[in-house]
Amino acid sequence: MCTYLTEKIAIAGSGKGAHGWFGLSEASVYVDHPVHMPQEHTVNIDFRNPALGPSARVAVELSEEAALALVDAIKAAIDSAPAGLASEHPDATAEERMAG
Amino acid sequence: MPDSLTADTITITGHDGDEIEAYLATPLHQETFGAVVVIHHMPGYDESTKEMVRKFAAHGYAALCPNLYHREAPGADPDDAAATARANGGVPDERLVGDVAGAAAHLKSLPGANGKVGVIGHCSGGRQVVLSACSLELDAAVDCYGAFVVNDPPEGFAAKPILNKIPDLSCPLLGLFGAEDKFPAPDEVKVLDDELTKHGKAHEFHSYDNAGHAFFAVDRPSYRVEAAVDGWQKIFTFFGEHLAA
Repeated sequence: MCTYLTEKIAIAGSGKGAHGWFGLSEASVYVDHPVHMPQEHTVNIDFRNPALGPSARVAVELSEEAALALVDAIKAAIDSAPAGLASEHPDATAEERMAG
Repeated sequence: MPDSLTADTITITGHDGDEIEAYLATPLHQETFGAVVVIHHMPGYDESTKEMVRKFAAHGYAALCPNLYHREAPGADPDDAAATARANGGVPDERLVGDVAGAAAHLKSLPGANGKVGVIGHCSGGRQVVLSACSLELDAAVDCYGAFVVNDPPEGFAAKPILNKIPDLSCPLLGLFGAEDKFPAPDEVKVLDDELTKHGKAHEFHSYDNAGHAFFAVDRPSYRVEAAVDGWQKIFTFFGEHLAA
């Protein structure tokens, strides 16, 4: 099935695509057919920068287990580092960072 | 050779006069032929869709697939283009109809064209087949497991149900579905079937057991050989009846 459902968020970061590194501005997350992974459906994440064109994209296709494990691993890595170390606003309080 | 063909990437005039990329395959050594517009699936104007275009030419039809994502992503890899189109909410219906109209006009202009044009699409393209056949004068339409013809798509997606357009269907419709599919699920297919019957529209629906969505896709685990082989036979029989000279 095609779910069509897409979670889209604004992000800050950089990614390495087919033509090297570029700044990222968006991420799309959706459960749908993969292009490459041999599974009928996968959790797909596109890290994108539309201002640089469609090819400015870093894509991953993950199993549900892998995607959830990745979420936990990201949280664990952030929790094990000093609070705010990788924040866009390192001088903000924890409450201010949570509020975006 | 009866299955000789030529294929090329060309430019056609699509919706609103826009010049868009398209993939054309035509049979060789054949004086006259019917034609098929191939609407690519949501993953894009990709290798597997172009294989289908060539398959129709090998079977004696001129076939043309417009790149529905050309405006957002000219020259991009099909998967990058599809990601961009998805993030933008999909292809607007009005633009889709205009691009199919442009593709049909191009096919009719080819030397040897008999003037008959069919349309086929899979997945999101299945819904767009029904939309096209309810919006344009066509000769045959094949909907392969198109969802959201009857039911609402998720919020935020541009596509809307088109059941109210069925009275305007201009040609016979062949529908091929998987009994295990959830989008469209068998109950959605039944509603469409009943609506076509209610309005006296010629149609032929087949639902395959042990098949879900995308059972024609040879490069995906969803491929089901029995359903796909039988489905292709039904497609060529149907186009043979309605697109012959």
